[in-house]
Amino acid sequence: MMSEGSSFMKGMVLGGIFCLVMSFFENFNSGTHSEVHEHLHHHLKPLSKDELEKLSESQMSDLPLQVRVYCLIMVTPKLLVHWATANDTWSKHCDKSVFYTSESSKALEAVDLQEQDEWARLRKAIKHAYENAGDLRWFFVARPTTFAIIENLKYLVLDKDPSQPFYIGHTEKSGELDYVEYDSGIVLSYEAMRRLIEMFKDEDRCPERGHALWKTSEEKQLATCLKYSGVFAENGEDAQGKGLFNKKSVSSLISDSMGQNPADVVEACCSDMAITFAGMSPSQMQVLMYGVYRLRPYGHDFHDSLTFLPPKDSDND
Amino acid sequence: FLPCVPNNFLSLSVSKLNSNNLIVKNRTAALDLSQKVRVLCWVMTQPQHLKSRTQHIRATWGRRCNIVLYMSSEASDFPTVGLNVSEGRNQLYWKTIRAFQHIHMHHLDDADWFLKADDDTFVVLENLRYGLSKHNTEEPLYFGRRFKPFVAQGYMSGGAGYVLSKEALRRFVKGFADGLCSHDTNIEDIGLGKCMETMKVQLGDSRDVLGRQTFHPYPPHYYLTRQLPRPRPWYLLYEHYHPVEGPGCCSDLAISFHYIDAVQMHTLEYYTYHLHPYGYKYRFNPDERSDNRNNN
Repeated sequence: MMSEGSSFMKGMVLGGIFCLVMSFFENFNSGTHSEVHEHLHHHLKPLSKDELEKLSESQMSDLPLQVRVYCLIMVTPKLLVHWATANDTWSKHCDKSVFYTSESSKALEAVDLQEQDEWARLRKAIKHAYENAGDLRWFFVARPTTFAIIENLKYLVLDKDPSQPFYIGHTEKSGELDYVEYDSGIVLSYEAMRRLIEMFKDEDRCPERGHALWKTSEEKQLATCLKYSGVFAENGEDAQGKGLFNKKSVSSLISDSMGQNPADVVEACCSDMAITFAGMSPSQMQVLMYGVYRLRPYGHDFHDSLTFLPPKDSDND
Repeated sequence: FLPCVPNNFLSLSVSKLNSNNLIVKNRTAALDLSQKVRVLCWVMTQPQHLKSRTQHIRATWGRRCNIVLYMSSEASDFPTVGLNVSEGRNQLYWKTIRAFQHIHMHHLDDADWFLKADDDTFVVLENLRYGLSKHNTEEPLYFGRRFKPFVAQGYMSGGAGYVLSKEALRRFVKGFADGLCSHDTNIEDIGLGKCMETMKVQLGDSRDVLGRQTFHPYPPHYYLTRQLPRPRPWYLLYEHYHPVEGPGCCSDLAISFHYIDAVQMHTLEYYTYHLHPYGYKYRFNPDERSDNRNNN
């Protein structure tokens, strides 16, 4: 009787201890770790001036060549003029630009995904890009209604390791979900892409076609799938905390600033290192191309430590 | 500006970051020029425009002139200079005449070159100084966007802004003093152009070494937008030099754009002085250019 009882007690105690240890372990992994993870990553900034100054000469010349970007531009024939404009302007500054379309157009080249559903199309494009990445390790997803300054994107991720998961852009919150806004462009590292594609196999947590009666936007579906794979949205900012990814046009932002900061319109408005703007007309985008890559005051030197060379075969930059 | 024997100003070079903010950097070349090539800007404006237009000039490019004078029918604390004229489209040439007479009387020795702009013109002073640096202000010269019609030797667009050398200013004022020039039109740029012709002031070529325009009578999108080959649109009909549409229209070192509203004024300020691609090596470097532009 005594020996049975004590065995039972021993078993209970052991089992209890085992349970406690396991639950402690689990909390440590998901609780503390993800808190630290989220705290560190929610705001993502480029290298500071001090950090840049510490780089060696060879690092300064190598780094710009090592950060290489694959641009996925999601088009539809309805957006033909913007498509042509993106093709003629900012996309030339990507190391590789691929246009992914819902249906082909005779006028412009693209990978025809033959898919009307936007989320399904985005998934296909992401898979295609990952498979065709070559040695490119950074991915930028945008619609042709966005204008991106790729050199500033490269500067932002210059010191970030693409074998770590990064998901960067202009972040918004929807309930508990932090997601990157599509209109202002989405940056994904190679590792984020890898995890995402792995998560695509999970039809429960990351379905290809939504089960719900209402459709969740692709940007939120993307954020959800990434979250399940341990990848969290980060807001891209400059050293002063100004957002680098904008979902509005330059004139809209300037106009807002004129109302809010009349004494200091330009200073208060937008970052010198801005990466994206959205909602601009094709001709405004051509003016922006000139404004970014050409128009400047003689004799001004921005004292940038690194050099990015202009692309070949281009006449508007 | 042509003819050009390029001065060897500092070429843009990659250099170490200093501890200053990204915006204010070692501007030796620009600073140097601002001391060597002094520009007096006068802005043609009126009381009703001070809040809607002129204040945005004051907040942006007006600060970059060595001297800036806002010329109006009334003096004010803006500050504006009051000319002895009334307002109205038919008073514009009177305003121009009075403005230059005022400048000649009060500021002749304070500057080397004299720019006229409208209150909806955006000007990049550094590029103006660079273009003027190769020319001699004691010669009778005037620069701007050259138009063909109405005046035999042509004239410079008023809206795009035009700039007179010291000698040209002296001759303009003398022309009126001696009765050789008179107020014979309401259209100020044509009127001034005719007087320049009478007083034997030469029209300069303000295009860059690649033949691209620097002064623009319309906003950037009129010129930069790619077009299929087509007959000249109406806004290019007056052009003296053969106009180019698309990216080749305009110099990287543009000097002016016109019909610029308040939002566009700050937008151009942002594009010119702030927004830039980090570390980008610009294709065009006028100081390194040794080949000449094509003659048109």
